[in-house]
Amino acid sequence: MRSLQLLAIQYAYENVRFWRNSIAAFFTVALPILMMMILCLLFGSQQTVVEGQPVYWSTFYVPSLSAMAVIGACFTNIAMEVSISRDRGLLKRYRGTPLPVSILVCAKLVHAVVLGFLLVICLIGVGVWVFDASVNGIQLSLFVVALILGSITFCALGLAVAALIPNAEASPAIVQAVVLPLLFISDVFLPMDNAPAWLQWIASVFPVRHFALILQSTFHPILASDIRVSIHLFVMAAWFAIGLVVAIRYFRWEPRR
Amino acid sequence: MESSYAIEVKGLRKSYGDFEAVKGIDLRVNSGEIFALLGPNGAGKTTTIEILEGFLTPNAGSVRVLGYDPAKHERVYKERIGIVLQETEVEEFLSVEESIRLVRSYYQNPLPLDDVLAVTGLTDLRRVRPRKLSGGQKRRLDVAMGLAGNPDLLFLDEPTTGFDPQARRDAWDMLRNLRELGKTVLLTSHYMDEVEHIASRAAVMIDGKIVLEGTPQDLAHEAEPTISFRATANLNLPNGLEAEFHEGDSQYLISSSDLVKTLYVLTSWAIENNVSLEDLSITRRSLDDAFVELTQRAENGQER
Repeated sequence: MRSLQLLAIQYAYENVRFWRNSIAAFFTVALPILMMMILCLLFGSQQTVVEGQPVYWSTFYVPSLSAMAVIGACFTNIAMEVSISRDRGLLKRYRGTPLPVSILVCAKLVHAVVLGFLLVICLIGVGVWVFDASVNGIQLSLFVVALILGSITFCALGLAVAALIPNAEASPAIVQAVVLPLLFISDVFLPMDNAPAWLQWIASVFPVRHFALILQSTFHPILASDIRVSIHLFVMAAWFAIGLVVAIRYFRWEPRR
Repeated sequence: MESSYAIEVKGLRKSYGDFEAVKGIDLRVNSGEIFALLGPNGAGKTTTIEILEGFLTPNAGSVRVLGYDPAKHERVYKERIGIVLQETEVEEFLSVEESIRLVRSYYQNPLPLDDVLAVTGLTDLRRVRPRKLSGGQKRRLDVAMGLAGNPDLLFLDEPTTGFDPQARRDAWDMLRNLRELGKTVLLTSHYMDEVEHIASRAAVMIDGKIVLEGTPQDLAHEAEPTISFRATANLNLPNGLEAEFHEGDSQYLISSSDLVKTLYVLTSWAIENNVSLEDLSITRRSLDDAFVELTQRAENGQER
């Protein structure tokens, strides 16, 4: 009971802190929605006819930008926030109080996962009502499983990168340098079908592409050209394990001196 | 079994690589007293206090704080202590009151919010975000957050470093309020006057060792006043007056534990013998000078 109460308090605090930090909140929340709107305005009205039914390309952008939103809410958000809190001495301050570490970390994770889910719901809403995206073929339970696995994987990787980042000044540069190129080569903004094989191979090593593909293929069957669900799930689970081990092994309460 | 001391330390040692920051110290702090660890920068004060808080693990020695081993990070221990670190920022997106409320919620029996605000003088600033607080006000917020859980023992690492004189006096008033609450306080400082104003006992730490321990009056005694004047060399000073003579500027230095008597002896002798004591002045040795002398004494093994 006491733990749940503490978790609720700490979660509420994470929420307040997040929304009051308007610049960070803008990037995490507005950027994926804006990106989806731009891409849909440019290409969303093109269509493919499947069994006599037109499917608009916006149907591709909803799950793709969902992947970007979850990565922003979980990976980017946690990596930056933890490294900045550590540099400012906030983590050390927590360690001096009776608040258990598990609750401190869980509150951050719950906040990130809930935020990611809310963003995905927004993206689906905007995609369906504004850009005629189709949700007829969604495999809801598999889509949700993929979202949950993706969320915790990118949370774990966020914690791992935070552990490896030397100081808060370096964190935006490091985090963006990791995220942006991967988003571009991972079927998020454009399909990679015509990309060179070596580039596809590189993208396949990292979890972003697998996450994007599994969201796409469970969102609509037309996008499931590459439906090897078990491989996607396996690679993501492997990255989750790597993230978890690195985060636990290299976690620091204080900045490196 | 809890010992009668709030803090009991024996033979404590801590090294960083080849550098030994704490070289075997003993320390005993009674419940309810304000104990100051005094010393220059780099003396090992922060290392010592962070071992007691549980942030650092010692290389040797035994440490008991309120009967607990701080290195175990037990939650029951954290419930009973409050920590004010030397350099930490506060959450910039929470107001003073929200920060204190958040910390209070971590403890089973926190101090009432209004009491925390009153003791630290933050009542009028409760709705303010840290960005708009002065350095002294931010430090008071640090203390408020250390105090919020109603701890039996409060650690304060250099609570007033960098303050202007008025802010320091305000902070001292606040620390006296803590004494009235019956808290045990361990603080570090490099200001002698701070210790004189608020501590009931103090230890002087130099180069990883405790060189002197006692009441502030005992310590103040170490900083004896010095009479200085300029005159020709080879003066035949009256009996009982011992002077150091510096040839470069023809200056005599006489330290005295009884200033009035020494001055009387010196000046009446000067008038009788028609000796001119140019630039006659009295200075209290700075604590730094006292530290240097204490260090030398410690190195020469002539410690009292």
